[in-house]
Amino acid sequence: MIAYIIRRLLATIPVMLLVAVIVFLLVHLAPGDPASVIAGDNATSDQIAAIRATLGLDRPLWEQFAIWIWRVLQGDLGQSLFWNRGVAELILQRAEPTVSLAITTLIFAVSIAIGLGVLAAWKAGSGIDRSVMGLAVAGFSVPVFVVGYLLVYLFAIELRWLPVQGYRPIAQGFWPWLERLILPSVALGLAYLALIARITRTTMLEILSEDYIRTAQAKGVATRPMLFRHALKNAAVPIVTVVGIGVALLISGVVITETVFNIPGIGRLVVDAITRRDYPIIQGVMLVFSAIYVLVNLAVDLSYTLFDPRVRY
Amino acid sequence: MTETAPILEVLDLRTHFFTQDGVTRAVDGVSFSLAPGETLGIVGESGCGKSVTALSILRLLPPKLSRIVGGRVVFEGTDLLTLHEPAMREIRGNRIAMIFQEPMTSLNPVLTIGEQIAEAVRIHQGASRKEALARAVEMLKLVRIPDAERRVGDYPHQFSGGMRQRVMIAMALSCNPKLLLADEPTTALDVTVQKQILRLMLELKERIGSAVILITHDLGVIAETAKRVVVMYAGRVVEQAEVTALFDAPLHPYTRGLMASIPRLKHNRTRRLAEIPGIVPDLRTPIPGCAFAPRCPLATDRCREAAPSLDDHGGGHFAACWEAGRA
Amino acid sequence: MTTAAAIAQPPVPIRGGLARFARRNPTIVIGGAMLLLMVCIAVLAPWISGDPFTVSPADRLRPPSFSDFFASGKIDRFGTDNLGRDIFARTVHGTRISLMVGISVALLATLIGLGIGLVAGYFRLVDAIVMRVMDALMAIPSILLAIALVALTGGGIAIVIAAITVPDIPRVVRLVRSVVLTVRERPYIDAAVSVGSPSRKIILRHILPSTIGPLIVQATYICASAILVEAGLSFLGAGVPPEIPTWGNMIAQSRLFLARAPWTIFAPGICLALVVLSINLLGDGLRDRLDPRLARRM
Repeated sequence: MIAYIIRRLLATIPVMLLVAVIVFLLVHLAPGDPASVIAGDNATSDQIAAIRATLGLDRPLWEQFAIWIWRVLQGDLGQSLFWNRGVAELILQRAEPTVSLAITTLIFAVSIAIGLGVLAAWKAGSGIDRSVMGLAVAGFSVPVFVVGYLLVYLFAIELRWLPVQGYRPIAQGFWPWLERLILPSVALGLAYLALIARITRTTMLEILSEDYIRTAQAKGVATRPMLFRHALKNAAVPIVTVVGIGVALLISGVVITETVFNIPGIGRLVVDAITRRDYPIIQGVMLVFSAIYVLVNLAVDLSYTLFDPRVRY
Repeated sequence: MTETAPILEVLDLRTHFFTQDGVTRAVDGVSFSLAPGETLGIVGESGCGKSVTALSILRLLPPKLSRIVGGRVVFEGTDLLTLHEPAMREIRGNRIAMIFQEPMTSLNPVLTIGEQIAEAVRIHQGASRKEALARAVEMLKLVRIPDAERRVGDYPHQFSGGMRQRVMIAMALSCNPKLLLADEPTTALDVTVQKQILRLMLELKERIGSAVILITHDLGVIAETAKRVVVMYAGRVVEQAEVTALFDAPLHPYTRGLMASIPRLKHNRTRRLAEIPGIVPDLRTPIPGCAFAPRCPLATDRCREAAPSLDDHGGGHFAACWEAGRA
Repeated sequence: MTTAAAIAQPPVPIRGGLARFARRNPTIVIGGAMLLLMVCIAVLAPWISGDPFTVSPADRLRPPSFSDFFASGKIDRFGTDNLGRDIFARTVHGTRISLMVGISVALLATLIGLGIGLVAGYFRLVDAIVMRVMDALMAIPSILLAIALVALTGGGIAIVIAAITVPDIPRVVRLVRSVVLTVRERPYIDAAVSVGSPSRKIILRHILPSTIGPLIVQATYICASAILVEAGLSFLGAGVPPEIPTWGNMIAQSRLFLARAPWTIFAPGICLALVVLSINLLGDGLRDRLDPRLARRM
């Protein structure tokens, strides 16, 4: 098992290396010169050339890449152009709100999605099933920021139940922290929820027609244990796979959600970097988020053995 | 047969399937009864309604597609068809247990064998997890699975087909049911294993004192095991008799056809196996006469127009045929 | 169930069967009709609405009013924004950008992905390399990739389209490749190889047709998600230049007026959701019809 984990970790290296190459080339081959971005609009060509030299942009591309990747491996993601600080440091500083948001969203979306998916499969063809599936299509279709503003308008502005925006560190108390994460989690989690609810329903539908479900019923197993103990455990592998793939949705959504709700996380760091054309930040966050995606999906792969005794590594 | 009260009485059972293309009369007026401890065989080709009959007794058919539209299933004096679902659940796996045809797919792949056997014990006898697991080990020993203490924690994929069917038997008998429904329990197994499993099942049934309904398409299996036989065709009972009477003098042409299609070593080998010409009728259109008439060598106009009733032709030998006994 | 079954399905009867077709495929009809309406609105935008750019300080933040809805020169059908611009006109014109981006991305991603997928699926050598690159591309969050491209180049519609297309290509490549790999194993491909058909011909004549059903479905979904991503990019200020009326830009510019003038956000927001919903419905319907294999899985 441990040998397998190590082998799989090693197998992610080529993917991550390719990610790094793509991220690097994106910045260096895109029309538009980082040096002139740094120098600003009124810079002379001499100034730009000087910046090129200090950044090493005048060296051959492969050499620049080698230097860059060597630093990245040591945890140095470069310097922010605007903040004059290390990108890695900035990302770490902004990590808490983003991680908090990701965790609350994950818990909200996965628990509700699985409940709804199981319910829809059990009541397949009924009004409940159709409304759950309708909700799922709507969940895919309404963008994060529209849901976000709708929630803010209803629950914060009209009803005044929850704060409009902002973030409180968890160190300042659990409720103030959670209170400000409820609306963002719902907005961010809706599409993710829809995705998981759909796969749960489809998988459960297939499994509920299996022979062993009939065996369970012939034993006198009641509905709830039949659904959750006998069926859901068999449905776990496809569901967990989609939970992993859907993390991509969450990562993209985080950037928008943090803007809607004014949460000072990594997403906002990137958005603020857009207008400042602070490309080292964008580059660094891209690398970090890609690595998270790859690692989450590796974890998902490894988790199969928890759910299905037939999978052995 | 002595006059004890039957443990199960099925009366004019009708189960229909509702599909886009119409109503299929899968079980169309089936009646039989069963004394405590008795073994009853139900034979017929695939699609004749024998499995649906068994599933109807336990009310395990998919509710969206099928409905029991008529009849009564009286078990120990109560009509099961009138029970509420929770009351029905208390009977399933407890008073009436079932063994299915496919041991490869009938066990849950993600639960251990022990958990699956223990579950019924926990549900019906209120046993603790530990007690139920001990009972599971005991049952595994009873069905002669070697090294039961260790194997109780194994998963189904670690067992062979024959072993899995032993597990199914252990599971079914764990609550000492009064009635065991065995739906083609050996069909999916290797020929060499079939006999062992069948013998094991009957031996344990004697020990526990359950009645058994053994459903099969194999008359050979019936001859060895059952006391009485019900022959089904197209959702109806066509003949019912003591095993010896049936094999000595089958009355229905369909039963005779079934027997002629069994290969026998004793007879001379050049004889071609007989087969019944034609195919099973489409059950979506109502059949006015005898359902077997289109395939029957003896069919007359009367057979095609009016369905024969299941009449006693002496000594408890029933047959539904106008031409019963005609050679 | 494979794609062969999808292709073997009986053709849709056109004449006399329209009502029955609608009854059996309600999502295709509803989604298709809604989408068609949106396309009409986009095409006819200059004729059915006023000028989206006119600034009228006297008419700032007027709420929607539905009286005299069809009167010409009316600017507050959907209300006005903080500069007194006609939100109805801006929303109607926004349809154009959204649909243009959605359709362009769907076409580009599908065609490029199809090309790469066919080659990767058919030639084993190329396959290993291409699929690793696709894995890497899929690992990069698409919105960040787009943000990076736009931030570095300064934006513009073409860049936005390209930036949304690139991360969608791997999805198509994977789909095409999986179809090719299944089809390759069929006896008739062996037969074609054994009589000496060149690989180009085998790909075009025997493999390409099998990919069309699943591709149409995939293209619809890509179109829907591209519209969402474009709106998201505009909203973040990394999309189409802010002076162009797109739904994302409109919402971004009205953010501060949510409490006072919610219509400034919800008029374009609801349109956006409706367009994406109609395309998703169409996609679901097409999937059930054209790609039973996918339908079973999702």
